[in-house]
Amino acid sequence: MSFKSIPAGLLLRAAPITCVRERRTIVALDELALAAGDLVELRGANGSGKTTLLRALAGLFPCEGAVDRSAKLAFVGHRNGNSGLLTALENLRWHQSLSGEPEDTGQALDALDRVGLLRSANKPVHHLSQGQQRRLALARLVLCDARVWLLDEPHAALDAAGQMLMDELLVAHAGEGGAALVSSHAPLGIATRVIDLSTAAVSGVAA
Amino acid sequence: MSVFTGQLGRELRLAARSRSDVLNPLVFLLLAITLFALALDGKPEVLREHAAGILWVLVLLTNMLALDGMFRRDFDDGSLEQLLLAVDAVPFAMLAKLLVQWLVTGLIIVLLSPLLGMVLNLPAAVLGTLALVLLAGTPAVSFIGAIGAALTTGARRGGALLALLVLPLLIPVLIFGVSAINRALADEPPRAELYWLGALSVTSLMLSPFATQAGLKIALEQ
Amino acid sequence: MGILKTLWHRLGSPRWFFHMMAPWQTWLGGLALLLLLTGSFWGLVYAPQDYQQSHSFRIIYVHVPTVIVAQSVYMALGVSGFVLLVWRMKLADVALKAMVPFGMAMTALGLFTGAVWGRPTWGTWWEWTDARLISTLILLFLYFGLYALRESIASAEAAGRACAVLAIVGLVNIPIIKYSVEWWTTLHQGETLSMTGIKMPAEMYIPLLINILGMYCLFGYVVIARMRNEILRRERETNWVAAWLRGDGRTGMESMSEH
Repeated sequence: MSFKSIPAGLLLRAAPITCVRERRTIVALDELALAAGDLVELRGANGSGKTTLLRALAGLFPCEGAVDRSAKLAFVGHRNGNSGLLTALENLRWHQSLSGEPEDTGQALDALDRVGLLRSANKPVHHLSQGQQRRLALARLVLCDARVWLLDEPHAALDAAGQMLMDELLVAHAGEGGAALVSSHAPLGIATRVIDLSTAAVSGVAA
Repeated sequence: MSVFTGQLGRELRLAARSRSDVLNPLVFLLLAITLFALALDGKPEVLREHAAGILWVLVLLTNMLALDGMFRRDFDDGSLEQLLLAVDAVPFAMLAKLLVQWLVTGLIIVLLSPLLGMVLNLPAAVLGTLALVLLAGTPAVSFIGAIGAALTTGARRGGALLALLVLPLLIPVLIFGVSAINRALADEPPRAELYWLGALSVTSLMLSPFATQAGLKIALEQ
Repeated sequence: MGILKTLWHRLGSPRWFFHMMAPWQTWLGGLALLLLLTGSFWGLVYAPQDYQQSHSFRIIYVHVPTVIVAQSVYMALGVSGFVLLVWRMKLADVALKAMVPFGMAMTALGLFTGAVWGRPTWGTWWEWTDARLISTLILLFLYFGLYALRESIASAEAAGRACAVLAIVGLVNIPIIKYSVEWWTTLHQGETLSMTGIKMPAEMYIPLLINILGMYCLFGYVVIARMRNEILRRERETNWVAAWLRGDGRTGMESMSEH
């Protein structure tokens, strides 16, 4: 993972990338690039390597091939990344300190407000419902100024309102010059492009 | 630096909110010393003669219990992958984690050591040295142990495996630690041993964050 | 430099290693057999006996080579671990996996022969005063740790890297462990007889050197054989393995050099 100079306008580029697990190739992509405003849907059957690809791009799984990035990255995986013993607010502030930003309670509360968790700010996370815990993971995206989002099934456990919120966040993110790669079971209506790992073909939907 | 303090605050909060995880190993230490006293018929001179060895072996085992869950909760809830994503921040965050791990086991054992020494019939004059020796040696136990804890985080079984990996590496700590206490019992200042224990603690503090980071990264790949 | 660079790239290919090492395996195996037979026969039958320990000293012809090789194997593990972590070379993982059981066996043999030597020398099988034996015992535990760690991690790639980290940490620790054990044994000064204290004339130490050399050849032979087996297992679904199994090994190599 490096911040090497990559073609102007691109936030992330992987070319070509291969992930191997137990000596079996899980993902092989010739080219994957995210530019500002891209909302890319990652589609594929169970076991087609969506999670592995996202983790590899985040640097959590070893892969062959170069992954270059010109902007900060945020990752939401299957696990929400929040400690159950800490409150929602404490978790967010820890994420702030990790990304090197000063701990700012005001900003953290704004982020919680954005995802509808303001009233649960001081509740320990293990008292929150699954859906609320997922919303807390989304609050991290709002809070940190990462331009590249890698989201693994972000809609999981969210209710209808939560799924709508997720889409709103994605559209706003793209509008502000960010990019996202989102894996999902249900088609993502707002996607500008689709990558189908079952066929490993990249089809352009009107950008 | 904000990474370090942020992580330190988080770890201290977590420790305060999972008190039984902190207390259980320490109660084990007290219980095991009681078992030794009973098994050795409570003879004061026998206990005193073997106090150094009993104490250090039990300190190592207590640490194995305390280390076992060091990263597991963070692994399960996904905090660990978020931590490792902040590549530049990881060594500082690891440093904070290691320090807190030592604070909630090693330092508490140091504070308890006068009591432990008295139970094992050590003369009052030695208790100060005992605390000093533990203060110098227990950081190395936590820091080297953390490497094993990181490597076993993604493994199928923790407990016994962690002890199997880490205890052989801690033999120098045991040897110098026991020898220091025995020297103090013979009215000699255990200078060489204290230097060695201190050197082991400082060196392991410098190397452990990186080895721990490598171990955790591997645990997340599984 | 050019040659080294080519070699380095080739080492990245398990297939190249498999074919390249076939003659080495044969030669090292034969050489090991020859040297060990010569050294052992010379040492056990012809070498003069020690004036203090009479015939019982002769076990050093087995004990010393095994212990030396057992330690060298751990060093090699540390180096392989480093190569695996830094350059992600697959072959280093194969080597790591191949060497652990051999190192473990050598360490166990070293302990056993040490105990056999201790029986007539000290009157007990085990004496906690010999720094060399205690270090060897700890080495055995280090090997057990590596073996157990690999067994308990489901993913083969992750298990390899975890073992690499542990091997490096162990390698850094070994000098400290050895020093502390030696320091400990001097505190508990007991026996004056030790295996290393024997003053040896040439007719005693030349067979020892031959056996040490033979043991290193055995190390090379066993590890190369195990590595080649492991490569076959890992690459069993590839075309070149299928070709080789059909007895078509040469064609495999030729098509390789065309790359």
